Amino acid sequence: MNDIIIKNITRIVIPFAQAYGIFIILNGHISPGGGFAGGAIIGTSLILYTLVFGREKGKKKFSHKMSEIAESGGIMIFVLIGVIGIIMAGSFLANQSAGFPQGELGNILSGGFIPILMIAIGIKVASTMISLFNILIDEEKV
Amino acid sequence: MVILNIVIIIFLITCALAIGKIKDLIGAVILFSAYSLVMSILWLILNTPDVAITEAAIGAGVTSILFFAVISKTKRYEK
Repeated sequence: MNDIIIKNITRIVIPFAQAYGIFIILNGHISPGGGFAGGAIIGTSLILYTLVFGREKGKKKFSHKMSEIAESGGIMIFVLIGVIGIIMAGSFLANQSAGFPQGELGNILSGGFIPILMIAIGIKVASTMISLFNILIDEEKV
Repeated sequence: MVILNIVIIIFLITCALAIGKIKDLIGAVILFSAYSLVMSILWLILNTPDVAITEAAIGAGVTSILFFAVISKTKRYEK
């Protein structure tokens, strides 16, 4: 697509969409939303970039290798925190009994490891969305 | 509020029936996207903002883009 209006509008819209997604992820434990919804919003902004500027430029920004690493890395952080719960308190994803600092109710830094889990899920969902789209458009036309 | 609920539900039923009937697949995807957007308003009225955010992001955004990508690989009109 070589339309100057679409390109400039996309350049303006993408930072706002990504900031909104990051806001939803970081406030996941104290307000509606969370890792899945925020990650889907960030993934949609990356898909918009690929749609407007073409597959080659999209590959340069977020390659398949990078999306593989982000996908496996997000779920590895999740499992690692769960295993820390097993070691410290005897059950998967044990939070308060494993000694994570709880913080004050309503703050961003509260709820033990829940914000870290939300960030991990957000990374995983965002890279899953973009790699689903890339695999679909890389297929040969039937 | 009751009238708004009735209007929204009538719109949703009409959209769902039209998606089944329509032969143009791109039109069906646009109808599905409108269905998801109105459904997210209904979730908000039912006091579940969490589901509303997810429905608006997944139902109206990602699903329709993936459907468009699939349609671009095949034919637009159903036989």
